[in-house]
Parts: sequence; C-alpha cells; structure tokens
Amino acid sequence: MINDTVVELSRWQFAATALYHFLFVPLTLGLSFMLAAMETVYVTTGKKIYRDMTMFWGKLFLINFALGVATGLTMEFEFGTNWSFYSSFVGDIFGAPLAIEGLMAFFMESTFVGLMAFGWQRLSKGQHLIVTYLVALGSNLSALWILVANGFMQDPQGASFNPVTMRMELTNFAALIFSHDAQAKFVHTSIAGYVTAAIFVAGISAWYMLRGKHIELAKRSFRMAALFGVLATAGVITLGDALGFVGGNAQPSKLAAMEAMWQTEPAPAPFNVAAWPSQSEQRNTWALQIPYVLTPLLTHTLTKEVPGIQEIEAQAAQRIKNGIPAVEALKVLSSDPTNAQALAQFKAHEKDLGYGFLVKRYAANQDVSLATDADIAKAAKDTIPEVAAIFWTFRIMVALGLIMLAYFILAVIYTLRNNVQNQRWFLKIAPWMIPVPFLACETGWLVAELGRQPWTVYEMLPTWMSASSHSVGYMVFSLTGFVLLYSVFIAVEMYLMVKFIRQGPDEHPHAPAQPQTGSGGAYAPAGVMMKREEN
Amino acid sequence: MEAYLILKVLWWLLLGVLLMGLAIMVGMDMGVGTLLRYVGRTDTERRVALNIIGPHWDGNQVWFILGGGAIFAAFPLIYGTAFSGLYVVMLLLLWSMIVRPLGFEYRSKLPSAGWRNAWDWTLFISGFLPMVIYGAAIGNMFRGVPFHFSWDMTSYYTGSFISLFNPFAILTGLLSLSLSIYMGGAMLMGRSEGALYERARSAVAFGGGVAVVLFTIGGVWVANMQGYQIVTAPDPGTAQTPLQQTVTLADGAWLGNFRSHAILWLVPALGYAGMVLGVLAARTHKPTLAWWLGALAWIGVIGTAGTALFPFMMPSSSNPSQSLTVWNSISSELTLSWMTGWAIVFVPLILWYTSWAFYVMRGKVKGEAVEADDHAY
Ligand code: HDD
Ligand code: HEM
Ligand code: HEM
Repeated sequence: MINDTVVELSRWQFAATALYHFLFVPLTLGLSFMLAAMETVYVTTGKKIYRDMTMFWGKLFLINFALGVATGLTMEFEFGTNWSFYSSFVGDIFGAPLAIEGLMAFFMESTFVGLMAFGWQRLSKGQHLIVTYLVALGSNLSALWILVANGFMQDPQGASFNPVTMRMELTNFAALIFSHDAQAKFVHTSIAGYVTAAIFVAGISAWYMLRGKHIELAKRSFRMAALFGVLATAGVITLGDALGFVGGNAQPSKLAAMEAMWQTEPAPAPFNVAAWPSQSEQRNTWALQIPYVLTPLLTHTLTKEVPGIQEIEAQAAQRIKNGIPAVEALKVLSSDPTNAQALAQFKAHEKDLGYGFLVKRYAANQDVSLATDADIAKAAKDTIPEVAAIFWTFRIMVALGLIMLAYFILAVIYTLRNNVQNQRWFLKIAPWMIPVPFLACETGWLVAELGRQPWTVYEMLPTWMSASSHSVGYMVFSLTGFVLLYSVFIAVEMYLMVKFIRQGPDEHPHAPAQPQTGSGGAYAPAGVMMKREEN
Repeated sequence: MEAYLILKVLWWLLLGVLLMGLAIMVGMDMGVGTLLRYVGRTDTERRVALNIIGPHWDGNQVWFILGGGAIFAAFPLIYGTAFSGLYVVMLLLLWSMIVRPLGFEYRSKLPSAGWRNAWDWTLFISGFLPMVIYGAAIGNMFRGVPFHFSWDMTSYYTGSFISLFNPFAILTGLLSLSLSIYMGGAMLMGRSEGALYERARSAVAFGGGVAVVLFTIGGVWVANMQGYQIVTAPDPGTAQTPLQQTVTLADGAWLGNFRSHAILWLVPALGYAGMVLGVLAARTHKPTLAWWLGALAWIGVIGTAGTALFPFMMPSSSNPSQSLTVWNSISSELTLSWMTGWAIVFVPLILWYTSWAFYVMRGKVKGEAVEADDHAY
C-alpha cells in the first residue's frame, strides 16, 4: 500500500527540485544562443569588443550552467527513487526520449561546453564559433526531448496498456514525438528561455550604464538583448496562446481550471479577467468578466462550447464506473495471462482503465470491486485540479508576459534612437526586471503541472499510485537533504554571480586575439601568456 | 519473436557498454577527485590536476546520465525497483555527484584558501563515494536484494539500508574505487610533469595492485557463494513479467555460464591482463598505454560480473522467483527497435567528437599557464 503522506512528500519534493532546476535552465537555453550571436558578430566583423562580450557573458553563463547540470542530475534520479511505480509503468515510452536526450543533446552540450570554455586559444575562430553554436543547439535539443517526455504525461499519444506486461507500451513512435502538446510546449518553453536571457543581459548592461562603467560593452549588449528580447517576448505570447489552444483540447479539466469555468456556458462564453474561485462551493465568489471573449480566445471559433468543471466531473463519474471492470480483469490476468474472458472484459473497458485506478484509492482494501457510490463520487471530485491556484498562476504568467513586452518595446525604441544611456529611469528599472521572467517560467510550470492533477499520465495513471512504496522517514530524510544542499547551492551561486557582475568584464584580457592553434591558454608555454593585447 | 530475443540480448550488451563507458570515463574523473589532495600538494598543483580533466568532466559525466537513461528506457522495471529499493544509497550517490559540478566550476573562482580547501574536500568526497557505491551496487546483485512485487507490479523493498554494505559489497566497492584511482592516475600522468607526474605514477601502481588482489578474492568468493538459477520460465523471446517464473539458489551457480562456455574465461583474463600490464606500462613511463590497459581492465571486470550474472540482472533474495532478468524486465520490442536506431546513429558520432575534444586539448598542462589564464579552473 502506498502511504498518502509519502505521495504528498514525493510531490513536494518533485515540485521543489523541478522548480529549482528550472531556475537555471531558462538562462542556459537563452544565453547560449546570445553568446553564439555575439561571437558571430565577432567572427564576421572582427571587432574585438564582441569577443570581450562573449567572454564576459560566457563566464556568467558557466556559473549558472554548473547548477543547471547539478540539479538536472537530481531530476534524472528522482523518477526512479521517488516515482518507482510510475517509472516501471511508463518507462517503456517515457524513458526513450530521456535516453535520446542523453545521446543527442547532453553529450553534445556537455562535450562542447568544455571546449567553449577552455578552447579559446586552441581552436581557430571559426571552430570556436561552431563549438559555441553546438552548445546552444545541444541545450535546446535537450529541452526538446525532455518536453516530448513531459508532453507525453500531459497528453499520452502513441502508447497503450499491455495486459501481458502490466504496463504501458509504445505503439507509435512518431505520434509520441510529434504530439502537438509536446511541440507547443517546446517552442513556448525554449523561447521563454530566450526572454529570460534577454532580460538578464539587458538588466546588467543597464546597471553598468547607470554607473558609467564598461559603456561600450554595455551599450552593445543592451542593443542585442533588446532586439532579441522583443522578438522572443512576442513569440512567447503567440506560442503561449497556441499552447493553451492545443493543451485545452487535450486536457479540458486544466483549461476549465485556468479559466475558472464551473459551468458550461453557451458560446460565446464570457472571459474571467479576475475571479475568486471557491473549490468547495464550485463557483466564483466574485468575478470580473468580459462577455463573449472566452470562446474565440480558447477555441479560435465563435460557436464551439468550452466544457465547464461540473460537466467534466459528471463525465468522470461515468468513466470511473466503466473503468472498474478493467481493473478487475487485470487482477485476473496478472496470475493467469491467457484467461480469454478476462482479456475480453479488459478490452471492453480499456479506455477507462485510468479512471478505474483513480477509485482504487478510496475503495475498501483498495479493491475496486468493493467501491461504493460515495467512493466513486470522491474519486470524481479528484479529477478537478486546484482551480484557484491554477487560475491565478496562469494570470500572473500572462501579466508578466505583457509587462515584459511593454518593457522590450521601450527598450528597442530607446536603443535604436541610441539614447538609452540617458533614460535613467528606464536604466533603474531594468535590473529589477531580471526576476520577472524567472517568475513567469515558474508560474508557467505550476499551471502545467498543477493542471494535470490528479494524474501523472493524463487519464491513464493517477499521481497517488505513481509513488514508491517508501516509509515516511525516508522521504523526510531525502527532503531534508535537498533543502540543506540546495540552500547552500543558491547562496554560493548568487554570491559568485553578483561578485562577477560587479567585477565586470576583464578590460585587459590576457589572451591574444589571434588564436594560435596548439598553444596558449592554460596549455601554453608561459611566454605566450605574458603578451598582452592592446585594446 | 526471434527479433525480440536478439534485441533483448543486444540491449543487455549495450547496457554493459554504457556501464563500462561510465566506469572508464567518469571513474577517471572521480579518481582525479580522490587523488586531488594526494597528487596536489600546492594550490597550483591541484589546479593543474583539475585543469587536466577540466574540459572533459562534463562530457564524461553524460556516460553516467546515459547509463541511468538507458536503464530507464530499456529496463524500466529495474530502474524503478533498484533506484527506489536502494533509496538511501542512491541519494548518497546523487548528493555526492551533484556537488561535483560546483566543485569544478567554483573552486578557483575565489582566491581564499579556506574556500578552495572546502571545495577540494568536496571534490574528494564526490570522487571517492560514488565509485564505492557504484561497485557496491554491482556487488549486491550477486547477493540478491530483498524485494518483491504485488499483483500490479508495485515493488516493495524489505531490507535495511545497512544490509547493502555487506562484506562482499564492500569488496566490490573497493575494487571499483581502486580502478578509478588507477584511471585517474593514468590520466594525470599523461598530462602533467614533475612531482605531480611521479605521484600520479605511484597512484597507478597502487590502484592497479590493489585491484588485482581484490578481483582475485572476489572471484574465489563468488565461486563459493550461492547463485541463482532459473528453473522454469516463459520462453526468453516472449513478453513476460517476473511473476511467471521459478528460481532456486545453488552453490557456485554464478559460475554456470563459465562452466558451460569455457571461452568465457577470457573475459576475466582480459581484466587481469589489463591490470597487470597496465601497472607495468606505468612503471615504464607509458601513460597512454597504461590508460588504455586500464580501460581494458574495466571492460574485463564489468564483463566478468555481467557474464556471471546473465541472464539475471537484479535477483531477489526474499522472493527469488520474482528476480529480475534480461527476459522479464526489458522494454517492448518497438521501443528497443527505435532506441537501437538512435544508438546506431549517435554512438559513433559521440565517440568521434569526444575523441576530437581530447585531441584538441592534448599536451601537458603547465602550472604557470593555469595561473595566468582566467578561464581556467
Ligand atoms: C525546457 C528545458 C528543460 C526541462 C523541462 C528540464 N531540463 Fe534538465 N536541463 C536542461 C533543460 C531542461 C538544459 C538547459 O539543457 C540543462 C540546464 C543546464 C544544462 O547543463 O543543461 C539541463 C540539465 C540537465 C541534466 C544535466 C546534464 C549535463 O550533465 O550536462 C540532467 C541529467 C537533466 N537536465 C535532466 C532533466 C530531467 C530528468 C528533467 C525532467 C524532470 C529535466 N531535466 C527538465
Ligand atoms: C523543469 C521544469 C518543471 C517544473 C518546474 C515542474 C513543476 C512541477 C510541479 C510544480 C509539480 C507538482 C505538482 C503537484 O504535485 O502538485 C510537478 C510534478 C511532477 N512533474 Fe513536473 N515540472 C517540470 C518538468 C517536468 C518534466 C519535464 C516532467 C517529466 C519529465 C515532470 C514530471 C513530473 C512528475 C512525475 C511529477 C510528480 C507527480 C505530480 O505530483 O504531478 N515535470 N512538476
Ligand atoms: C502572455 C502570454 C502567455 C500565454 C498565453 C501563455 C500560455 C501558457 C499556457 C497555456 C501554459 C500551460 C501549458 C499546459 O497546458 O500545460 C503555459 C506554460 C508555461 N509558460 Fe506560458 N504563457 C505566456 C507567457 C509566458 C512567459 C512570458 C513565460 C516566461 C518567460 C512563460 C513560460 C511558461 C513556462 C516555462 C510554462 C511551462 C511549460 C509548458 O507547459 O510549456 N509563459 N503558458
């Protein structure tokens, strides 16, 4: 029997470690491309300032990168340690993108990041540029594959349950990787990373301009960030809308929660700009509405109905009843895999298997054949995620997105007129904008993951079944360990970041501008190193 | 059905290759971590040691990640059962590994001696501990682990944390540690000079010597311990779960595969050859050769363990009939086919650019140069 507290603690642990991992990921995704862009300018124009830029931002990139790697290792372990049933139940499908991610993306990113940092004097300009691009490509490919995996949890395409092996198995690889949800998540999330990097670079550059330091580098970095940022922000908003559209079709319960729609309303339905949803009463205590807007916003039509929460819950009760015989049949099949009658019963009810699992939690002895109507009603209620939390985290993300768009539009105007350095109020705001995209990313994940509840694999595998069969003591032990370690990590990282930002770019780089293959850098005879470059 | 059987064996082999790659590449970096305070007496010496593997540790670490990923994708039941069953050990492994990237990246960022010392100790722990745990985990597979499944394939682990540190597991843990010290030493020899080089050379001799002894004791031990044997099971080429077989224990059963195919004795022989010749190569100042012979030693040692256990992967000591084997814990045929395709394309590519990265960074690392370069670790 899996203990409810263990499930709860596993969820907290996953949420905490994943949100923590995602503090470092967006910057890696975006900054790697900005580095590649800066270096491209350096290589094509030969202007040394762009090389200094690449080196300076590259140093900050690496400080951040180390923590991305460290916290990513945790994620890789955590499925096996804390979600062992989940892992064996869907590993056949879910493991594949993770393994491919290792083969295709992590190897590339991690091998070339070493050359990017240590290879300045060893590689020709062109070679180094290619290496930088490969790092950027690698990190973005890793995002692609992990989001294919996550997309499967949101909208399980290309797989079905095999009663012989008692787990889900791959049936169609193309359907898995070309899942619309996965693709929409990938573009939205990776571009969110570009927004993050742009705000980071712009914010720090503004801080230098305000202090009159490193002006040349700051102005050029700012311009690049502003242009990169305005495009990325526009992209993230457009693609966020697409994601809502795709995700909404796949997960009606998440969509209804995002919009706090308790009842199905005739199309075109009103849109809740703000509301105070009450989960227990299944209504909004108050709501600020714009009539007619919801339907076109979500369905991109005027007539399609968006199902409300109460309707979804009623359907769930039906599906639970239908799923119970599927679970009963499985129990027979597990000891007698060739039982034809059980197999037929399973096939007839297969599509609601996950709903059958859902009620197992409440049934006496976790035996679904003993489930009462009250148990079924409880399980049906579970299919509605936390409406208030999802509704508000979603609005926070969107609001922050709009604020960032406004910010970047101004930034572009100022930088193109070449007078940012005189807009002191704007320069003062810019560093304070740095936390904003991080917050938007975290709230985005909260929407995505809270909205998927109560499932780990939507409509297939309930969260409460997915955890490992640990004792509470184990979970407290691991959670404590992570809290301690991660607190130290963030303190050290922030300290170094701030220190190196304050220190600013090295005005007198040691290394010669003309790379000399086979010598120089840490590997050069000392004499070469002493030669300093004119600025 | 034939195809599925072939794929099953192929993925067992591929997993072996990954575990060897992990041991060789990550083990080498961890050996450097373990040796850091021994080979490096001054700050500059330590920095030289770190910069030798500096450009490569992250790429090497992916062998470890991919090893995990391949178990997840190809043997999901083992991934879930082993990672959750060995919970505390896995967390110690994880925690000691996640401080490592910070150790490399942050250590030399500040000049303070206290700061650097703290990170040096961190790097020591993150070199030493994971290698012991890695070896001990493989050792525990010979003894069996206490776990069982319920009808819906939920796994339950019934042992204690301490029982995972039994004498045999400690032996295999130390074997793995000594080979990693050997590899770390060989890498340092190849890229350093002077006192550092000499100390690295003695580390290779030490690691290799200890490994020969431990491997021998381990072999005798295994010959006399109880092994697992399948009595009845579904056809290996069919889809199945561990609920459908019967397994018994028998003295010396782990040598069964060697007895029925004498040619397999070549695998442990390979391990011995690697260790013994490797030590000789180090003594005669041939670091590159010593490195490759060390890799051969790892291949022999891990190959020996895999051959002895086959087709078992994770036997259950509390319910032997539910032991996990290659046949009953593997992914579906379709998943294995797709993954095979990806591996065929990407493994050669990875080997190619990894070699290129080592080629680019070839040559001795010098103390003065490290101190002058502000991108260095
Ligand atoms: C959208 C992007 C994204 C998402 C959702 C995740 N990651 Fe991540 N991950 C990255 C994007 C990324 C990255 C940008 O590629 C990182 C950050 C820094 C780095 O080295 O690569 C990374 C690093 C990273 C590493 C270290 C790689 C190395 O050593 O180079 C591992 C093992 C994972 N991740 C595993 C995971 C797992 C198991 C996740 C799911 C729970 C996960 N990541 C979510
Ligand atoms: C790095 C970005 C991610 C963040 C910030 C994130 C966030 C979260 C959060 C907040 C939860 C808790 C939901 C809850 O229990 O109430 C959660 C749960 C979970 N997420 Fe994600 N997630 C991320 C990526 C992923 C990915 C890529 C996967 C799959 C590969 C994934 C799989 C899971 C699983 C298995 C759980 C536990 C079950 C559950 O409680 O839903 N997450 N995640
Ligand atoms: C302003 C318009 C935006 C819209 C309409 C929007 C829409 C969405 C939607 C619907 C989801 C939920 C996905 C799901 O169904 O699972 C989501 C998730 C997410 N959002 Fe946004 N978003 C916007 C802005 C932003 C911004 C500015 C950022 C960060 C800079 C961001 C980062 C994320 C992240 C990281 C996720 C979680 C990953 C995922 O599900 O793809 N979003 N967004």
